[in-house]
Amino acid sequence: MSLTENQKTFSHDDDSVVVVIGSGAGGGTLANGLAQQGINTVVLEAGLLHTTADFLADEWASFGQLAWLDPRTTSGSFRLAKDFAGLPAWIVKAVGGTTIHWAGASLRIRPYEFNALTTYGNVEGANLLDWPIDYDELAPYYTNAENRMGVTRTNDIGGLPGNNNFKVMHAGAQKLGYSCNTGHMAINSQPRDGRLGCQQRGFCFQGCRFGAKWSTLYTELPDGIATGHLELRPESHVARIEHDSKGRVTAVVYFDKHGKEQRQKARVVAVAGNSIETPRLLLNSATSMFPDGLANSSGQVGRNYMRHMTGSVYATFEQPVHMYRGTTMAGIIQDEAQHNPARGFVGGYEIETLSLGLPFMAAFLNPGAWGRDFTHAMDQYDHMAGMWLVGEDMPRETNRITLNTDVRDAFGMPVANVHYDDHENDIAMREHAFERGEAIYKAVGALETIRTPPYPSTHNLGSCRMSAKAQDGVCNGFGQTHDIPNLFISDGSQFTTSAAENPTLTIVALALRQAEKMGQMLKQGVV
Amino acid sequence: MPISRRNFLRNSKNVLIGTLAFSNGAIALIAPSRAWSMPLNSLTSAEGETLLKVTRHIFPHDTLEDAVYALVVRDLDVASPLLPDGVRELNQLAGGNWAGLDETEQFRHVEAMAKTPFFEKIRSTAVVSLYNNELAFAHFGYEGAIGDGGYVNAGFDDLDWLPDPKPEDSGINPR
Repeated sequence: MSLTENQKTFSHDDDSVVVVIGSGAGGGTLANGLAQQGINTVVLEAGLLHTTADFLADEWASFGQLAWLDPRTTSGSFRLAKDFAGLPAWIVKAVGGTTIHWAGASLRIRPYEFNALTTYGNVEGANLLDWPIDYDELAPYYTNAENRMGVTRTNDIGGLPGNNNFKVMHAGAQKLGYSCNTGHMAINSQPRDGRLGCQQRGFCFQGCRFGAKWSTLYTELPDGIATGHLELRPESHVARIEHDSKGRVTAVVYFDKHGKEQRQKARVVAVAGNSIETPRLLLNSATSMFPDGLANSSGQVGRNYMRHMTGSVYATFEQPVHMYRGTTMAGIIQDEAQHNPARGFVGGYEIETLSLGLPFMAAFLNPGAWGRDFTHAMDQYDHMAGMWLVGEDMPRETNRITLNTDVRDAFGMPVANVHYDDHENDIAMREHAFERGEAIYKAVGALETIRTPPYPSTHNLGSCRMSAKAQDGVCNGFGQTHDIPNLFISDGSQFTTSAAENPTLTIVALALRQAEKMGQMLKQGVV
Repeated sequence: MPISRRNFLRNSKNVLIGTLAFSNGAIALIAPSRAWSMPLNSLTSAEGETLLKVTRHIFPHDTLEDAVYALVVRDLDVASPLLPDGVRELNQLAGGNWAGLDETEQFRHVEAMAKTPFFEKIRSTAVVSLYNNELAFAHFGYEGAIGDGGYVNAGFDDLDWLPDPKPEDSGINPR
């Protein structure tokens, strides 16, 4: 039976519902959190509803099935603007959002990272700010999130067994004195919560066919629908949010699967479209009352877009590795995730295993490359180990999402342009991370090491950030926009700074906290 | 209306043919026969053969069968003047017959065209087509959809040339 078949439905004219835009880590979790409190919620999701049986063990076909491929444009000096000019981000357009594609790494942001400005001091060319909330405030929600997502090495949940790719990184880490284990993963190491244990399939990025990896598609959304207070509307592409003369949002206009314009009235609207679509929607909702877009009196909507410092190191060995077998992100070294300015940069980074199948290795190893160097590396594919380097990048006002009115989507709306220039801090951190990554593999006999540039971003952050003062950001510490009390930001766009960690756990923790607060506000009648 | 030789060739049955070169290779093990052929819709046989050779120069894998490169030609085989025009230009640059030159000279002419739409069309098609098929998977040692059932009992941790990690680092002991 389809997830939506017997669900409770709400009238388009029902102005008592909360409308959540997006069904991923933020939107899906928030919607369930509201439904559990008996609050009627409508989730508008642009993408299709799939089941786990639809997921493919085929990288390109899966990319066509799941990725957000609506047009976007890029500018700036980051290499992606050249290599993948129309694909700045690798995120999902489907029910469940990017929780279908994510690798499962579930790390808490460190206490000092919530106070980036205080800890690092003013960094020239960066727009650093402390979060309006601190670690202790979020800690109980992290605990709750880890429990519901089944994060390994928390709540007495065992770790995952390491695969071949892990063994190589682990052995290198031992030589260099790093600690390394199979990490905190929202992937069942054993059956739990009605979901299977990991079968080491290796297609984490293509959707977990066994449901061992947490996704809102088969956890939060069905749980919410089961309460009778959540209606999920797939293939509902939101175009704009409307408001009344008092400046409160009143309705969401979207295109349904037939391309027909629909209008859902709302008491509260929560936007969780990922950090490119969320600001795009606010900007595309401009009116004479809000000529710069909704919630944008500060001019900060779309600014401070972050994508993490990233890069990969692949290494080849005399003996076979077969890195693609088993969990894609199979292990982690956290020793470099610390603030140690002696390294020549502020903030830190994580070192995590990563593998790509042969088709995507060809696409991403060195985009645009050809000739003997490239084919020589590809010839060693089954003798290759790989890692991903992911660290804090600097928020910059000029790194921003804007509307490109020269390019329109299928519904005639201006698309998002993603502008990004690497900060010197990002470049210094990437260089350090590349060197450490290479050292790890050389310590266990790597024949060659290859530095791979950043992939299209899966970690899209900032762009509607939290701030204590209205002039510094878009929303407050609960994700409520400074300008419009019944408009909330509910995804990674809220992040004041990126921190080093993979963001999903924090997005979920923030959504749980926001659901609780929104429930109180609705009860008290303040929104 | 006179039928030009070129259009005659384009409208007749064009085909790429070949024989597997490595009878003990991974591809030979899964191929139904050593001889292979692939019909062409828009390209002439000569154009197809030239494009296969050009692709070999762009992505040279010495022991990878022509049968895999032919899959790139298949994806280039669409009605567009870009590729026939490019082949003609390549032959002109080579003084008439590029395919007749030695390998070094062939490569020199391909390299000289590296910034052209012709070259970029072949490169961008090949970087997908060449590595996204079961023959290539067998050649390069990638198991593709074979992994769909999971490697938990099929070698996900069979690497034995490095020490095994401690159980607290790798394994289902609660921590």
